[in-house]
Amino acid sequence: MKALLYIAILAAGIAAPFVFPNYTNQIAVLWLMIVFALTWDVLGGQMGYNSLGNIFFFGAGMYICALFQIGLYYNIGEYTAASGAIKVDYTHQQYFTGLIVGTIAAGIGSSLLAIVFGWIVFALRGPYFAIGTLGVAVAAAELVTGWDWVGGGGGISLPTFPGGPDTAKQLFYFMNFALAVATFATLRWLYSTRFGLAINAIRDDEDKADSMGLHTESYKRVAWMIAAFFLGISGAVFGNMTGFIEPREVAFPTVTFGIFMVLMVLLGGKGTLWGPVIGAIVFHVIKEVTWTYLLGWQWIALGLLIIVIVVYFQQGILGWIMEKKPEWFGIVVEKKDKPAPRPSAAGAAVQPGAAE
Amino acid sequence: MEQIIGNLQVLMSVPVLNIGLLIDGLLVGAVFALAAYGLALVWGVMNVKNLAQGDFVIAGGYIAWWLGNHGIHPLFGVPAAFVVMWGFGWIVYVLVIRHVIQRDLFTSLLATFGVAIVMQQGMNLMFGPETQTADAGFPSISMFDGLVNIGIVRFIGFVMAALLALAVVLFMKRSRMGQAIRATSQDARAARVLGIDTDKVYAFTYSLNAAICGAAGALIVMIWVIQPFYGITYSIRSFVIVTAAGFGNLPGVIAAGLGMGVIEQFGGFIFGSLFQQAIVVLLLLVVLAIRQMQQMRVRQVVQ
Repeated sequence: MKALLYIAILAAGIAAPFVFPNYTNQIAVLWLMIVFALTWDVLGGQMGYNSLGNIFFFGAGMYICALFQIGLYYNIGEYTAASGAIKVDYTHQQYFTGLIVGTIAAGIGSSLLAIVFGWIVFALRGPYFAIGTLGVAVAAAELVTGWDWVGGGGGISLPTFPGGPDTAKQLFYFMNFALAVATFATLRWLYSTRFGLAINAIRDDEDKADSMGLHTESYKRVAWMIAAFFLGISGAVFGNMTGFIEPREVAFPTVTFGIFMVLMVLLGGKGTLWGPVIGAIVFHVIKEVTWTYLLGWQWIALGLLIIVIVVYFQQGILGWIMEKKPEWFGIVVEKKDKPAPRPSAAGAAVQPGAAE
Repeated sequence: MEQIIGNLQVLMSVPVLNIGLLIDGLLVGAVFALAAYGLALVWGVMNVKNLAQGDFVIAGGYIAWWLGNHGIHPLFGVPAAFVVMWGFGWIVYVLVIRHVIQRDLFTSLLATFGVAIVMQQGMNLMFGPETQTADAGFPSISMFDGLVNIGIVRFIGFVMAALLALAVVLFMKRSRMGQAIRATSQDARAARVLGIDTDKVYAFTYSLNAAICGAAGALIVMIWVIQPFYGITYSIRSFVIVTAAGFGNLPGVIAAGLGMGVIEQFGGFIFGSLFQQAIVVLLLLVVLAIRQMQQMRVRQVVQ
């Protein structure tokens, strides 16, 4: 049953760009959103560290990849100073070497940055952590804007794919798809190991976990590194997909992608494996369908959506189903004399993440 | 890099410039301290981290600017912004904040972030994305052979900020409502048992915060520029100041606010105005890290 579901999703993912060739980019962004939601949930849902600045690694990966792609064959300073005047015509071999090296470097570089910033922000707890990480993301956008060597506020245009635009679309679609599948598989395996239990223990009571002998510091750092690794790669892929990167709107968009991650996870149900995926799909489909009809009001609608979800629907779709039908998830609700499960007990049993 | 060193050398060789930056920083810092005091109030009394703080400031600025466009002197915008933002704060409290007070802190943080996005985009739709300023029409005075120019309007802003802060402090100390607010911040449950309507106290506190921010914004539009998306910087400034000073510590908030203004002016001069916002945010990280190290020293294994 479960295997069938996975095969169906994989088949749908592979067939999608051929069945709906006009929507290839939108579906590619859907996979990206799933990566966002899954990586945010590693910290926010499973570890109880709500970050508002995970988007930092997305932008960092984007810039690291771009610098590698250009730096392999050109002088970066000259290239960015010319701002598009240098014409890049990469051969297939040059392009793919740059792309592969850049993507790998983006993942590794983001993980290294996670160690550096983890040293500052993991000393913080609760809302201070959220504000501190938000500060990291905003500071990164500001610093890159003022840094002329990487193009400053004007941005960098990336080398174009040597094949046709349709092939490029499909290439980046499958990169996004593969990334989403890899992220999901990795996290699914990770949550079933001791590591998953450890970060859940940190969420439930960090001081107790610490005194029971868990090295909470290193667990937190590794969890953040994993999230940063996948986010860095997603940034590299997305940067090449758009072809032009710029610090405020594309690389470090704190109020768009940065807040979407949180929203999607809350919508789907945080602290679960499938919740972020469901949330990302629902959110992205609704957004793509309604966005153009809202005529300039879409951002206000987004803000209102945040408020409504946070205030009234924080358990998310999956959390809500769990509350209604705990037996579907193999959760045994204690029964008193009467057979009907008590709703309060059910709520308490299935929502360990709610008590923070 | 050479530019930074060059700027430092300018400061060294013309020491009068330092005085100019210092005065400017102190005058601007007073307005920061005002907004931060509002945050300290909400944080201390309601335990809500208000990320919409900066957007209240900008909204107040737009009220004064709008009045200025309709032939009313922007100085009258300060009381007008106070009153209008009071009402706005009350509406936000009833619709959103009331439902998140009892919840965990991330909920209130995220909900106010939602409020901030709605306000930013609403102002963007209403007033457009251009930077705006209201000209109060005051001259600036020159000192030291024209090396230092300081607008009179900044002095007026400083005095008004000080007067407003004084009024709020007296209100908190003397009035019945101020007593109720302080009682609620000490122990909300006990206050409720003793017959204080804490819901009313919370509504009042949040509205007061919005009103203070609005007045601060009306001052800022006269001495600086505003833009719908500048709010986040003011929110972060307020957080830096309150985190550095600790809430319920008014002298600390004032000192930190003034210090923030001075650091920002010097940083902007030395590193270039491009990095002024980055300095604010990096200051936040520094303050958080220092605060955390202080707490680590007293952290113990068993609570």
